[in-house]
Amino acid sequence: MSGAPFVVATAIKAIGAFTVLLLAVMLATYAERRIAGFIQDRSGPNRVGPIGLLQVIADGLKNILKEETLPAQAIKPFFFLAPILAILPATVLIAVVPFGAPVPTPWGLTELIVADASIGFLYVLAIGSIGVYAVALGGWASGSKYSLLGGLRGSAQMISYEVALALSLVPLILLTGDVRVPEIVSMQQSFEGGAAYGTWFVLPLFVGLFFFFVAGLAETNRLPFDMPEAESELITGYHTEYSAMKFSMFMIGEFAHVITVGALVTVFFLGGWDIPFWTGDDIRVLDNGVVVGEPSILISLLTLAAFTVKTGLVVGVFMWIRWTLPRFRYDQLMDLGWKFLLEAVTVYILVIALAILALEGLGLPRGGWYAAALFTINLVVAGILIGLADRKAWIRGGNVSARLTRAAEGGE
Amino acid sequence: MSDFLFYAFATGSVLGAIMMVTRRNPVSAVILLVGVFFSVSGMFLMLDAHYIAAINVILYGGAIMVLFLFVIMLLNQGHATWNDMRGPATTLLAGSAGVAFLAVLSHRIADGTTYAPTVDQAGQALRAQAQEMGIIGMVARPLFTDYAIVLQVTGVLLLAAMVGTIVLARKRGG
Repeated sequence: MSGAPFVVATAIKAIGAFTVLLLAVMLATYAERRIAGFIQDRSGPNRVGPIGLLQVIADGLKNILKEETLPAQAIKPFFFLAPILAILPATVLIAVVPFGAPVPTPWGLTELIVADASIGFLYVLAIGSIGVYAVALGGWASGSKYSLLGGLRGSAQMISYEVALALSLVPLILLTGDVRVPEIVSMQQSFEGGAAYGTWFVLPLFVGLFFFFVAGLAETNRLPFDMPEAESELITGYHTEYSAMKFSMFMIGEFAHVITVGALVTVFFLGGWDIPFWTGDDIRVLDNGVVVGEPSILISLLTLAAFTVKTGLVVGVFMWIRWTLPRFRYDQLMDLGWKFLLEAVTVYILVIALAILALEGLGLPRGGWYAAALFTINLVVAGILIGLADRKAWIRGGNVSARLTRAAEGGE
Repeated sequence: MSDFLFYAFATGSVLGAIMMVTRRNPVSAVILLVGVFFSVSGMFLMLDAHYIAAINVILYGGAIMVLFLFVIMLLNQGHATWNDMRGPATTLLAGSAGVAFLAVLSHRIADGTTYAPTVDQAGQALRAQAQEMGIIGMVARPLFTDYAIVLQVTGVLLLAAMVGTIVLARKRGG
């Protein structure tokens, strides 16, 4: 497909993806409050509309009708720029995520992805790194000390964890040899001919998934990493001075980012739109235009549903974590990022690279046994990491500060 | 279409650079410089150098400029307006360097050479290499084979700089 149909199809896909993402954000804000209610043994919003579903619309209306305030100390252009920068990267990121199997249309086979960029997930890292400016500028331009502290913390934290986020994807490149996102998905399906692995990468790379997930939590500023807005210390941090729709844009940006990271975890580690234990959905378009498998609208819908369910589950875990774990202290957060995560990811890359070298030296074909061997190595790595980290050998925990306090008081 | 995109990105980068230099507020300058990096990345994209475009945004737009912003916010909160150009001698030197650069540039443009075929050739070569080794392979292969030693030496140099910075910072802190 090329020429005018391609432009029209891309426009439709872009508008469709954007609309669905914003609807998903609405649902996510509702779901978060219901899950919070469930975890804290209360009801959550349940008054407006059936089971409280219209609460989101009521909140949106309220935010539109509220007065936009402009603090006297604010620096105007940046104060307006920050919310835009919060919402922009999070919504643009979804462009490289494939939603489902290619759909047959009268104008040819259409892949369900807005842009099959050749730089693949480098695009994700590039666009994702702009999100920092929203936090930093929002905090600085508000002209308030709390906001500035939140902005400073936010930018320091996001720079720190961006490194780990990027490095945690290196083992993935080692396995796939390609950065294109649809290619990564088809590697996790079972095609004939030896290029595909036939298992989701959560098996051979589950420590990598853990690193990516932790760094993703930090990148999206979600608890336990929400230092930029730690409300018990900084009111709400970088968006303290924002009101009405500008505040809302920060929130929409945050939730859109959470959903995008959920989609990325799905695509990179949970097989993307692949339906498990079924080979009927193994459809791909090769570079020379040859179609492998039998695409149909029904299969596309089924894979779309599978993708939605998986992403929803990952986002659900995000929310579950938020209402379960307490917030890190700022120095603990920095220690975790620089003194544990970075080193651990680097060592993990080395281990996986050596393991792949060894497996290829042994001549093991890609498939179940290959994944199982890597899985075993992952188990060992995870055992060492958790065994050491859990004894607070690397992460300075509460016991250290307690000891310091006691020493300062002359107790020890 | 591609002509329009080129002029959009070119205007963006040149105008952004001029505005960046003339801003008094350092935070404005940082944001404008980020804009310049994005325009330059757009031009890389048009030359089919996708990897360079992405890395330019990741490293310069996303990491280094954020550090700049962080340091500006931490040190003087972006309100300082002092002038780095001290004395007429420095101004004269900087000004004449700028004029000389402009003269060389305008001479090169005025002598009638068209660079479009060269750009096309470069694009063709890049596309051929991308076909052969993949978009990352064409940067990574030479980097880790032909230039492996240079890469290692650069790494050691950067490490030395980093250690030196930490030592200097430590001394003052006591």
